[in-house]
Amino acid sequence: MDLLTMTATQLAAAIKEKKVTVSEAVQAVLAQIEKTEALYHCYITVDKEKALERAKEVQKKIDAGELSGPLAGVPVAIKDNLCTEGLLTTCGSKMLGNFVPAYSAQAVKNLEEAGAVLIGKTNMDEFAMGSTTETSFFGVTKNPVNPEYVPGGSSGGSAAAVAAGECFFALGSDTGGSIRQPASFCGVVGMKPTYGTVSRYGLVAYASSLDQIGPLCKDVTDCATILEVLATHDEKDSTSLNRNDTDFTAALVEDVKGMKIGIPKDYFGEGLDPEVKAAILKAAEVLQEKGAIVEEFDLSLTEYAVPAYYTIATAEASSNLERFDGVKYGYRTPDYLGLHNMYKKTRSEGFGAEVKRRIMLGSFVLSSGYYDAYYLKALRVKALIKKAFDEAFAKYDVILGPVAPTTAPKLGESLSDPLKMYLGDIYTISVNLAGLPAMSIPCGKDEKGLPIGLQLIGDCYKEKNLIRAAYTYERAVAADVCANTEADGNGKGEV
Amino acid sequence: MANIISDETMEYVGILAKLELSDEEKKAAAADMGKMLDYFDKMSELDTTGVEPMSHVFPIHNVLREDVVTNGDDRDAILQNAPAQKEGMFVVPKTVG
Repeated sequence: MDLLTMTATQLAAAIKEKKVTVSEAVQAVLAQIEKTEALYHCYITVDKEKALERAKEVQKKIDAGELSGPLAGVPVAIKDNLCTEGLLTTCGSKMLGNFVPAYSAQAVKNLEEAGAVLIGKTNMDEFAMGSTTETSFFGVTKNPVNPEYVPGGSSGGSAAAVAAGECFFALGSDTGGSIRQPASFCGVVGMKPTYGTVSRYGLVAYASSLDQIGPLCKDVTDCATILEVLATHDEKDSTSLNRNDTDFTAALVEDVKGMKIGIPKDYFGEGLDPEVKAAILKAAEVLQEKGAIVEEFDLSLTEYAVPAYYTIATAEASSNLERFDGVKYGYRTPDYLGLHNMYKKTRSEGFGAEVKRRIMLGSFVLSSGYYDAYYLKALRVKALIKKAFDEAFAKYDVILGPVAPTTAPKLGESLSDPLKMYLGDIYTISVNLAGLPAMSIPCGKDEKGLPIGLQLIGDCYKEKNLIRAAYTYERAVAADVCANTEADGNGKGEV
Repeated sequence: MANIISDETMEYVGILAKLELSDEEKKAAAADMGKMLDYFDKMSELDTTGVEPMSHVFPIHNVLREDVVTNGDDRDAILQNAPAQKEGMFVVPKTVG
């Protein structure tokens, strides 16, 4: 079996059984990076030496029986907005182009304690503001499925690295769909957990009330396994939840009998690509055949989610990004006249166009005279959206729909019309506003061969429902492919 | 309702956001912002009378701990990232006359 086709959990098991060494796994990933990175550009930084060194340390601990978890020895890539001690953390921005954190994010620490080996830091839209990874100061990432297309964003580098075999799994962050949408575009699995499940300590903040860290990986088993390692209570994040139901792998059960799945009609209206629609409805049929009770319903308020989201997200961003002023870290303009001029020039030169656009908009909606009309109004709309989900989850265990209205757009086609780009987030952002868990799993390809993502949304704390449904779907499709392959007799079925 | 963003507004937002834009950038930003605000105005279609603004989905409360130092002295490590530093401090341009 080719090492790189293994999932993270399969690799860890093989390492445990001494069929593979940690160094071999790390070298396989580094060789793949050597081969394909020039084309895809998934990473901003690859830390080859430290990864090889760390591989030896981890191997020793595994051999000594000190490390035996399901991720021990597995190479991981980390989105470049998560702080990594001693390793460049840029947020895809010129502003942090030279920033080397003095500490690691709690999510990164959890993975390291579990024995994962950090390979490098992945490319992203600048400060996670974008849906294509094209706003990165360090250049675009290409979609490994077809390099003429974007990988999605903002965690585009993480999704692409998983799809390209340049790591075994990756961490991303999701403020309005930034894990789920790139996972969908690159054909991998991604999950945004319930708000507060993963500590945000060490995550460079974009919109704090919406940001959440989660995994991008090869299958549902990996997803549950990684989330189990990430989900710990952290006193350093005041919004961290203290959950006692984080044994997510217990939900890897192939059974959806009696599970109630709702399909929001609002998610299947104008703007949804017919090929995406067909794939999603087919996935719903698969779950129905497995015993789920599937029905359509009206979620309502969907069209108000995008304006509410962008009001709140830009407002929080304008406040969070005030810290970049050329004093404590990052870029400082070389020429200035006094303190205020230094702030202004540093920020104007250090931030890219999309970040400036959002800071300006956020400053405006928070300014006196407009605060009530925009910001407070958006928080009221958010309350109504949350209520609509509460009502839906009184009837359903899982909400099923598309991740994005289309498959990946071509490189260079999105940034010219921001509003159009923002509308592409319509199915993902409500989840962040309501703090819900949601995941993206591959459910087929369009005529161009580009992956389509199925989104499963759960009520707060109900990740297990999503994992159970996703796992059942994944198994059903794999069994179907096997059956077809046998019938074809060519043994070359695509999995 | 179409939002027209005046030069004065752009100037004011520039001060709030601490951003200095070229005339060309200002023009583009004003047009963008007008378009986005037109779109945001869609929210006014919804009657939100009596709806409390929701800042967090979960009840948020203060998290308190004993006032004891738990982190080590990492001043030097932190200062490594400063654009300018001197004698254990950040260096900034003169702020008082």
